[in-house]
Amino acid sequence: MASVEPVLPPMSERSNILRWARKNLFGSWYDAILTILGAWIAYWALSGLLTWVFTVAEWKVIVVNMRLLMIGQYPLEQAWRLWVWLALLVFLSGNSLAIWGRGSRYAIALLLLPVVLAFVFPFGDEPRKWLVILTVTGLAGWGIGRTSPEVLKRSVIAGWVISLPIIILLTRGLSESETGFLPDVRTNLWGGLLLTFLLTVVGIMFSFPIGVLLALGRRSELPIIRWFSVGYIELVRGVPLISILFMMSLMLPLFLPDGWTVDRVIRAMVAITLFSAAYLAENVRGGLQAIPKGQYEAAEALGLSGAQTMIFIILPQALRLIIPILVGQFIAVFKDTSLVAIVGLLDLLGMGKTVLAQPEFLGLQREVYVFISLIFWVLSYGMSYLSQQLEARLGVGIR
Amino acid sequence: MRKMFSAVAILVMASLALAACGTAVPAPSVDTVTVKETVVVEVTSSAPVVVAPTGYGVTLKTVMERGNLVCGVNSQVPGFGYVGADGSFAGIDVDYCRALAAAIFGDATKVEFRPVTAAERFTALQSGEIDILSRNTTWSLVRDTELGGNFVHTTFYDGQGMMVPKDSGIKTLQDLAGGTICVQTGTTTELNLADVMASLGVAYTPAVFEDADSTFAAYSEGRCDAVTTDKSGLVSRRSVLTDPSAHEILDVTMSKEPLGPMVRHGDDQWFDIAQWTVFTMFSGEEFGITSANVDDIRANATAPEVRRMLGVEGDLGLKLGLTNDWAYNIIKLVGNYEEIYNRNLGPDTPTYIPRGYNSLYTDGGLLYSPPFR
Repeated sequence: MASVEPVLPPMSERSNILRWARKNLFGSWYDAILTILGAWIAYWALSGLLTWVFTVAEWKVIVVNMRLLMIGQYPLEQAWRLWVWLALLVFLSGNSLAIWGRGSRYAIALLLLPVVLAFVFPFGDEPRKWLVILTVTGLAGWGIGRTSPEVLKRSVIAGWVISLPIIILLTRGLSESETGFLPDVRTNLWGGLLLTFLLTVVGIMFSFPIGVLLALGRRSELPIIRWFSVGYIELVRGVPLISILFMMSLMLPLFLPDGWTVDRVIRAMVAITLFSAAYLAENVRGGLQAIPKGQYEAAEALGLSGAQTMIFIILPQALRLIIPILVGQFIAVFKDTSLVAIVGLLDLLGMGKTVLAQPEFLGLQREVYVFISLIFWVLSYGMSYLSQQLEARLGVGIR
Repeated sequence: MRKMFSAVAILVMASLALAACGTAVPAPSVDTVTVKETVVVEVTSSAPVVVAPTGYGVTLKTVMERGNLVCGVNSQVPGFGYVGADGSFAGIDVDYCRALAAAIFGDATKVEFRPVTAAERFTALQSGEIDILSRNTTWSLVRDTELGGNFVHTTFYDGQGMMVPKDSGIKTLQDLAGGTICVQTGTTTELNLADVMASLGVAYTPAVFEDADSTFAAYSEGRCDAVTTDKSGLVSRRSVLTDPSAHEILDVTMSKEPLGPMVRHGDDQWFDIAQWTVFTMFSGEEFGITSANVDDIRANATAPEVRRMLGVEGDLGLKLGLTNDWAYNIIKLVGNYEEIYNRNLGPDTPTYIPRGYNSLYTDGGLLYSPPFR
């Protein structure tokens, strides 16, 4: 049997790092000079940073206060409730990755992250245990999602929708007494990343429908609705978030009847929601304007009512178009929540400032602020990355 | 792709339904007014706490019924109010709240600490969000009248202080003769410094700066021999210096900044309770009663005033609307003034401030309690 010699592909230039470097970095004498100069500047900048990170910085302040920065003063014996809803979210994420995600390598790498975190960073035994559980539930969700992605689609979406009430319920608790099932945890104990997360999620979840309605209202032919929407949007957009937060914390209590107070966390949530809704409304309106008139006419020709046209034809297209803007808005909401530190709430930033007042860690501003910035960056980038995946999936920008 | 659209549509409808549910308005029509209502309902669903802000005896009754004291504190000043790594509040203002809770409930843990910012503190007190404000607040006439509050008593006599490097050997203002002092321009701090030094006859060179940051930056660069501002400010400013332990706050006070807790106008019983809690802390130190020996003293004391204070004789506690062991509980559970001071601002803490005026009148300070009778 004559064996056919396989035809080898031409050698890839990129596979050889030396060859690549020679071509791209040292192609000519000025390339070489630029490369060396660039490398020296990078070294000069990085070495200072790395020296600080690994030798000068006193990370003990973060290690000791990890709990405060993550969940604030939330009672430790009730912290399992937060882990439970986190596990739920990770489970749903596993599901979603299996159904909508691209490769399985990505999904597994992402889901293994909690375990990696658990062993790279100096967590206590309890968080470590839970981080491992997170990965296990995430992988389980991923496995289940892979078995029957088409069937599970709707239940996973429903799961995401009902997860917010579940989160709030678990965090807040059920019974008034301290001994009952899921004892009440007052919002004054919510803090750190937990509070930042809840403010963000509530702000996004509630401002989204309100923003869509305001956008529709602004295009409505009924004058009162249109004027109301225009007035609301222009009024709220014309005022900085910080002044709305101050109004909520300083003015509202004076307007309420004697003896009535509104929870401060809820006040902040309402302020963020109302503020974000005005911006969202304009973003959504931009999307609505991009839908050609023919779509409305076609829907009418099919006999769809006005509401049906909106819900099934126009909005899905409009919202798909504005995904990048929406995500930009959500990232902005996430970062804006740190303003609540100014009205006395101990969110991630507020808790950071409080930690800096601990006598044993005086003067460690850099460590604390670097850590907080890192968390903000990781989460913001995560949101941005997810939106890119979603865009690719929906084919936005391809057509 | 169609599947995806319907998925998004379902999501949108679900959120609309969710929004509509909140109002209990059955019409799912696209009506912006409905939305406004949704938000309002969200607010009221938080089970508002009913607090009656004014009237004799009302505050104590409300606090008793609620089962805890709500105390407005600072969360960012070392030594005065901050959150420790274990998640509990600490500081001298915070310990006062604990003492008040101990007096009312016999349990120093029945306090809910509410961090309030400088801007919102008086509103929070007026609207009944907090029962008492204990947040390094300076007693002044306007705050005592227009802002609807009553200052209970000074718990910390703050004032302009002087910080010097420890190795400079400077111990008094006279030692600064011929030296340079960093000070912020256009403030009362600058004028106070001039007045005090002129009356002492000490010549110095002021190095003035536009803002606090540059003032302290110049000091840390060694451009002056000393820096001056309020003592509590010096403590937190010292914290951001490269080596906080290398600097020392002198035992001099150059201005009046009396800090103390504040209650609402209109409830004199509450005012009395808050005030006598402070006096109990003072008297505890004066009589040498500490959390360690209070049981012993209560059992064996012969001095009539101590016996009355600790509830062995008479019914002083009942007159305040509390139980007779209120003062015992304050000292037992939180401590006397000296214990509280040393715990937060004492020589063993990184936030050490010499006691100065915050000593008993018997030691030349200003702490003085009326008699317990």
